[in-house]
Amino acid sequence: MMNSTPAVVTAELRVHRGKSDVITDLSVSVPRGQVVGLLGPSGSGKSTLMRAIVGAQKIAGGTVTVLGAPAGSPSLRRRIGYVTQAPSVYEDLTIEQNLRYFGRVIGAPAGDVARVVAEVDLAPQLKQLAGSLSGGQLNRVSLAAALLGSPELLVLDEPTVGLDPVLRHDLWQLFASLAQTGVSLLVSSHVMDEARRCDRILLLHEGKLLADETPAGLLQQTNTLDADDAFLTLIARANHRDGAAA
Amino acid sequence: MNPRLTLATTARVLTQIRHDPRTIALLVLVPSLLIGLMAWIFVNSTVFESIGPALLALFPFIIMFLITSITTLRERRSGTLERLMTMPLGKFDFIVGYTLAFGLLAIIQSLIAVGYAVWVCGLTISGNIWLLILVAVVNAILGTTLGLFASAFAATEFQVVQFMPALVFPQVLLGGIFLPRDQMPDVLHSISDWLPLSHSIEALQTVTTEAAATGTVLREVGIVALWALAFVILGSITLRRKTA
Repeated sequence: MMNSTPAVVTAELRVHRGKSDVITDLSVSVPRGQVVGLLGPSGSGKSTLMRAIVGAQKIAGGTVTVLGAPAGSPSLRRRIGYVTQAPSVYEDLTIEQNLRYFGRVIGAPAGDVARVVAEVDLAPQLKQLAGSLSGGQLNRVSLAAALLGSPELLVLDEPTVGLDPVLRHDLWQLFASLAQTGVSLLVSSHVMDEARRCDRILLLHEGKLLADETPAGLLQQTNTLDADDAFLTLIARANHRDGAAA
Repeated sequence: MNPRLTLATTARVLTQIRHDPRTIALLVLVPSLLIGLMAWIFVNSTVFESIGPALLALFPFIIMFLITSITTLRERRSGTLERLMTMPLGKFDFIVGYTLAFGLLAIIQSLIAVGYAVWVCGLTISGNIWLLILVAVVNAILGTTLGLFASAFAATEFQVVQFMPALVFPQVLLGGIFLPRDQMPDVLHSISDWLPLSHSIEALQTVTTEAAATGTVLREVGIVALWALAFVILGSITLRRKTA
C-alpha cells in the first residue's frame, strides 16, 4: 500500500535564483522501484530539482513530497542517498575513512563499508587517500557514500560523468539491480545516450518539463531512432511553441 | 545534538589533519617562533616583559581563526557540507565537532607557546603558570569559534582572508597592546570592553604581573569563554540546511 505512492511528487514547484526562475511550475512524479532518468541540457534545472528533493534548496513556491513526507523533513535524512555533482568526499581521508565517517552519521551497520565499496568496484583502493584518486574513482567514492545504510531513494546528480564505457555500463547495471530490490532512483545526466538505460525519463528544458515518458515512448512520440534526435526534436518543438506564444 | 555524531565529526577532522603533517608543524611551531622573534627584537629592553603576555594571546588567536575558517569554508565549497546537511547530522554536531577538534590543537599549540615563552624566552610569571595556560587555551579556542562563525559569511577563500583585517585586526588594535585600554579615548575604551580579545589580553597581563589576582583572571577568562560559547551558538544558527 505504502509503496504504491510515488517516491517523489512535486506540485507547481518554483525556484528562483537571483532574479530569474530556475524552475517554473514544475509538477513531476518519480515512481517507486524504478530508475528514472532526469535529462536535459546543462542549465535546465536538473541539479536544482534534485537539491529541492533532498531538501537542500530554498524554494519559492509549490510543494515537494518525498517518500510521503515534505522534502527536508528530519525523518527523510536516513532514507535518502544523495550524490552532488561535485564529488563531495574528503580528499585528505582514505576511501575507508570517508565511508566510515558517513556511515556513522547515517547510522549504517558496521559491514556496510565493505558492501558499498564492492558495489562501486573500489575494494582494492580502500586504503588510498581520496585525493590521490582519478576523477572517475572519486565520483564512485561519492556514490558509495550515498549507498550506505541502504536508502529507499537515491538522488544521483550526474554519477557517471567522467567514467569510461565499461564502468558506466557497470553502474547502470547496479542502478537496475537496486531498482529491482525496490529502491527508487532519480539519476541525472546530460548524456542523452544514457536515456535508454532508464525505466522512465523526465526531460527538463529551461526549468520546465518537456517529457515524462518511457525511452521507447519517447522515440515513438518524436518519430526518431535515437535519444539525441528525440531530444532535439522535443526542444525544437518547445522553442517553436515559445516563439509562437511570444 | 548527538554526542556520538559530534565525536565522530571530531575524530574525522583530526584524521584529516593527521594526513597533513605540514599543517601540524606550522600550527604547533609558528606561534612559538614569532614569540621568540619578538623576544629577540627586544633583547636589550624590557618591552618583551610587557608585551610578551599579549603575544601569547595574539598569535594563537590569529592562527586558529585562519585555519578554522578556511577549513570549514573548504567543507562548504567541496559539497561535503551539503551532503552532511541532508544526513542525520545536527548543526550543533558539526560546529561542536569542529570546535573540539581544533580546540584540542589549540591546547597543544598554547602549551608549546607558553612553555617556549616562559622557559626559552624567559618571560617572568608572577601568577600561577597553570592559570596562564588556561587563559592561553581558552583564548585559542576563541579564535577557533570565531573562525567557525566567520566562515558562514564567506563565499570564497579570498573573502575569508579579508575577514582577518575586518574582524581580527580591530581587536588587536583596541586590545591594549599598543596603549593600555584605560588611556584610550572613552569611546574606544568602551568599544574595547565589548571585544573578546581585550579580555584575553587583560587576563594574560594580569596573570603575568600580579601574583594574587586569581579572581580577576578567572572573571576575564569567563568572559572570553562566554564569547566562545556565543560564537558556537551563532555558528550553528547561521549554518543552513537549505540554501538558495
